[in-house]
Amino acid sequence: MTTAQGMDARVAELLRDSKMIIVCGPGGVGKTTSAAALGVVTATHFAKRVLVLTVDPAKRLATALGLEAIGNVEVAVPLPGAQGTLTMAMIDTKTSWDDMIRRHAPDAATRDRVLGNDLYKTLTSRFVHSHDYVVTERLFDARESGNFDVVIVDTPPSRSALSVLDAPRRMQQFFGSRLIKLLTAPTQSRLLSIASRPFFIVADRILGAAFLSDIAEFFTLFRTMETPIVARARRVESLLSDPATSYLVVTSAEPVAMNEAGFLVQELRQRKHRLEAVLANRIMPRRLADDATRRAEALESSTDPTRQRLAVAEREIASIADAESHALDRIQEWGADLLLSESRGGDITDTASLLTLGEAIRRR
Amino acid sequence: MLVCEMDDKGSLAAYLGRASLGFEPVEVSPGVFAMAMNTEDSLREYIRLFLRVPVIGSLTPLARIFDFVANAAPAVKEILAVGKLCYEVRERHYDVVIVDSEASGHFVAQVSAPDALATLVRIGIVADQTKWMSDLLHDPAVSTVLAVVTPEEMPVVETIELRTRLSQATPIDFAGVIVNRMPDSIVDSSVLAAARADASLGMTSEVAEWLVARREAAETQAKRLADAFELGNIETIAEARATGQPAMSPVVTTDHVVGELQRVLREHQ
Repeated sequence: MTTAQGMDARVAELLRDSKMIIVCGPGGVGKTTSAAALGVVTATHFAKRVLVLTVDPAKRLATALGLEAIGNVEVAVPLPGAQGTLTMAMIDTKTSWDDMIRRHAPDAATRDRVLGNDLYKTLTSRFVHSHDYVVTERLFDARESGNFDVVIVDTPPSRSALSVLDAPRRMQQFFGSRLIKLLTAPTQSRLLSIASRPFFIVADRILGAAFLSDIAEFFTLFRTMETPIVARARRVESLLSDPATSYLVVTSAEPVAMNEAGFLVQELRQRKHRLEAVLANRIMPRRLADDATRRAEALESSTDPTRQRLAVAEREIASIADAESHALDRIQEWGADLLLSESRGGDITDTASLLTLGEAIRRR
Repeated sequence: MLVCEMDDKGSLAAYLGRASLGFEPVEVSPGVFAMAMNTEDSLREYIRLFLRVPVIGSLTPLARIFDFVANAAPAVKEILAVGKLCYEVRERHYDVVIVDSEASGHFVAQVSAPDALATLVRIGIVADQTKWMSDLLHDPAVSTVLAVVTPEEMPVVETIELRTRLSQATPIDFAGVIVNRMPDSIVDSSVLAAARADASLGMTSEVAEWLVARREAAETQAKRLADAFELGNIETIAEARATGQPAMSPVVTTDHVVGELQRVLREHQ
């Protein structure tokens, strides 16, 4: 069933009704491109202000969208004739953390001490896991700002998406944990506390006392922001399970990618997130395969070498189609709606090709 | 030889025809051992081998320390993964250790973790430990990075950027790049031209167009990669084709890739 714009009705409904679409999936299946294509389609056909937030520094995608580069700052994407507007932004971990500290620091002195702390600098710029929480902060900001009607989030590949989704909860648990209390307890009471002594003996031996005191200083400062950060983390967490927040798992028809996608589907369900659909990407155009075997047989009866070769091509198409349809049957067993995106051949070079790609997505 | 999957998503197990893999290496074929990384197990092993701290006897303090390690000092989590593998290299338990690393973004953080940690922790056991790991990782006679990439836009761009980011983060050797899943050239330009010219072929010419477009897009990306890495010829592994089988099992793919790698090696002899 198609809409007035020639779009699949199910896809149109998803794009019309969601306030946030979180796109997850294994690496290398075209997740970022799919997120961008959905953004272009939504902004083109609906009078909505759309934001696509991506965690990948995809330069080529920026070029396709007519942008110099996607930065932490939101950039408007020119879409001629669109009913709505499209904005793109990439999440830069360091800048986002700095923004968060600026927002929550109780006073200027604490802010400057945190921002200048060596441990803070290393944690926020060099270690990937520090990324997780700020991603959720950024998408919460985007929803809260009131500047956008739909936010489409391109998450990091595979399981990293889950650590992002779990980050608000972990942040709350972290502040409530005995660990942070131990770390930030004054040195004097640490020495006196018999209960925590084994912890410090081991921690000191592994990490060294100097590092421990760096950590202690940092977390003591960090704790001054506990109340606002925990309150916010709680709101971020509830946004992730809000009924208007939809999850879309992108996969290819390749077995290992599918295993990973299947795992993500399971995990999202376990977290009670609203899984809207699975999108099978880079599927061969169906119409090529219809009748391919019959055409191959006809060509094989010829002695002409060109026709013989074309018969091989038809057999190849039939075999790809066969493998794909088995793969798609398996995906359907997961019980979510299955959307298909066909591989058009040719690169994504501009917003027009993203629009064509997005418009052709249909339900199987 | 030891092969280790870093992000434990079970793909390595599937390709080796195993239900699962754990931290303890298992021999999957003669002389080939496989494991999946788990940082908590790595910490347990580390403590058992190096720190003879009595309180470790009970499980609770260990769990608490792990909590500390994982949450308060993320660098330590990375170092536990890298450290385990460096340890296997240092002890010469295997001739070769092959690491199926995490996605490229994570990989840079992981492989440069000893350097990063050395700037944070100046004394203590971890500080002593990062030195020898860095030495092993920085020695081109010991460690090298091999990029494997599919001939598609985004992975290719990411791989080109990976080398730059890696060289900025740590002085590790970069061996080169292999293109995986290169689609076969089933239809060449003369066959395509003949198909286009023959109106009676109908859909067959579109099939030919599609296969040629797919191959050409892949060749363009392989060429781009070769140019970026200044390689005249880039090694490619042909895409495994599911001939006559509805769904190809991962083990069949493994056999296919082994065959392709043997071909590449023969061509170099």
